[in-house]
Amino acid sequence: MLNTYTWPEYDYVQSEDQKNTATIKRHPVIVIGAGLIGLSAALDCAKRGIPVIVMDDNNTVSIGSRAVCYAKRPLEIWDRLGVADKMVEKGISWKLGKVFFKEDLAYEFDLLPEEGHKMPAITNLQQYYCEEYLVEEVLKHSDLIDLRWKHKIISLTQHDDYTALQVETPDGVFTMESDWVIACDGANSNVRDMVHASFTGQFFQDRFLIADVVMKADFPTERWFWFDPLFHKNQSALLHKQSDDVWRLDFQMGWDVDPKEATKPENVIPMIQAMLGQGTEFELEWVSIYQFACRRIDNFRYGRILFAGDAAHQVSPFGARGANTGIQDIDNLIWKLKLVMDGKAPDSLIDSYDEERAFAADDNLLNSTRSTDFITPKNRASRYFRDAVLELSKKYDFARPLVNSGRLSTPTPYVNSPLNTVDEDVFAGTMHPGTNCIDAPIVRDGEDGWLLNQLGDGFTLLVFGDKPGKFKISSGEISADVITVGDDFEDSQGLLTKRYDGEKGAVYLIRPDAHVTARWRTFDENKIIAALARATGQE
Amino acid sequence: MSLNLKANIIRPDDFYQELIDMQRDMSEDDVQLMNAKLILVLANHIGDQETLSEAMIVARG
Repeated sequence: MLNTYTWPEYDYVQSEDQKNTATIKRHPVIVIGAGLIGLSAALDCAKRGIPVIVMDDNNTVSIGSRAVCYAKRPLEIWDRLGVADKMVEKGISWKLGKVFFKEDLAYEFDLLPEEGHKMPAITNLQQYYCEEYLVEEVLKHSDLIDLRWKHKIISLTQHDDYTALQVETPDGVFTMESDWVIACDGANSNVRDMVHASFTGQFFQDRFLIADVVMKADFPTERWFWFDPLFHKNQSALLHKQSDDVWRLDFQMGWDVDPKEATKPENVIPMIQAMLGQGTEFELEWVSIYQFACRRIDNFRYGRILFAGDAAHQVSPFGARGANTGIQDIDNLIWKLKLVMDGKAPDSLIDSYDEERAFAADDNLLNSTRSTDFITPKNRASRYFRDAVLELSKKYDFARPLVNSGRLSTPTPYVNSPLNTVDEDVFAGTMHPGTNCIDAPIVRDGEDGWLLNQLGDGFTLLVFGDKPGKFKISSGEISADVITVGDDFEDSQGLLTKRYDGEKGAVYLIRPDAHVTARWRTFDENKIIAALARATGQE
Repeated sequence: MSLNLKANIIRPDDFYQELIDMQRDMSEDDVQLMNAKLILVLANHIGDQETLSEAMIVARG
């Protein structure tokens, strides 16, 4: 097969831990798995000053292209971690899509992304590029991040305040200890098995074939989805553009297909030829077949072992919810971990990681299951409804919102989080406590910028209206930095004030992961202190 | 209950005949598809989720 990409091979190095097994050093944080989620966890730890070891049983980036679509919120998180610009530049941003039913175009859509955000609504990029950029950034932080390849966890023992890990490398087996472990070792997580966590949900009796092909053909940069096309009867198919003239093709294959037979080039190539049209030249880069499940771990926290990404939840690929939601796990976790490690917040703050992210995972699972039920109807009656929706969508607008070929990933607001302070004032718009901050353009010192880049690493108090007489508000050892719109920067286009309903004055308390946790119409220091205590589990 | 379960069709025989006539010569498959479309069209016309839920429960029996 053709390769547009050369997989880097990273060097295995024997660690000091393994050289000096006489004394076992206790580490603060070990991340298991150097994929998208593990590498992001390491960067977030470094950003917050936590020394961290990342271990992976392999020594390269993702083989084959797995995740493809990255949504705005994870890109914003990666922007905070310093890697998003590269991804957006290399990636393919798109907003147009077409839905086909049988031989006809059913309708076209435009995602109509809202203007005035730094990050695009969605960017397509091969997972290996994302991981490569993350590794590059990790290596810049070698003072805090120790990235160890070819380190495989073979067993672990949990103690009250640390975990002992048996690790295998090319030099043999040795023991490591860590105060905290973050398991980012994917859907088949070994760590999850080692703590005997349950990982349950729904399996789907269907298989999909993924093919990444290289072609110079003049297809537009759009997402094309076919229901029951002539070239692949009674199944669905997807065409999506990635970087370097690589296209992702996805074919529903049914449950009875033989994976070995189906992935043979002599069977794959005619199927692709039928999809792309005779005469379209292409070469295969990657072919694999998968079946999927929608399931999650029963608790994201097992004592001092924390689960994130696919190790904690697995969704169908429709709607690009896997990696996108995993990055948000990390965004939620690391600031809490830092406060607890520093003794500034009680251990119970970590429990809110499970409460908030399990809630988000359930929302993702629900969306993912709904898409799956539409794409692969489970009985004759649901097939008639599915086809009826598609037929009607050709002519009538009303049916188009019912078509579900995957709802693109958007963040799940933590509406019921115990960390939130319930609104006592009335606000218009969407920035309720528990919601991630919407970006907006600003001007600082005459230069264009973005709201999200103005938020610090800790808590922020964003003030619309009169500038308070304080720079910091503190609860215990935790502080929020005060920034005032119109003083620290200008809301040049008025979008910020509009999005946060700041016209009549407003004070927002924003968490280190850029989520609103409390808001008021007026500045009241006692209320802010109470909300800060609540948001950090101090009450 | 917001769902109207009182007689609301002014000429019930006309409506019923129109429905039956329309499907008389259709294949079983086409009938099923048409019925599904009809439910969707009517559901959209009603719009209100609560009314739709009530209707679904009534239909399930």
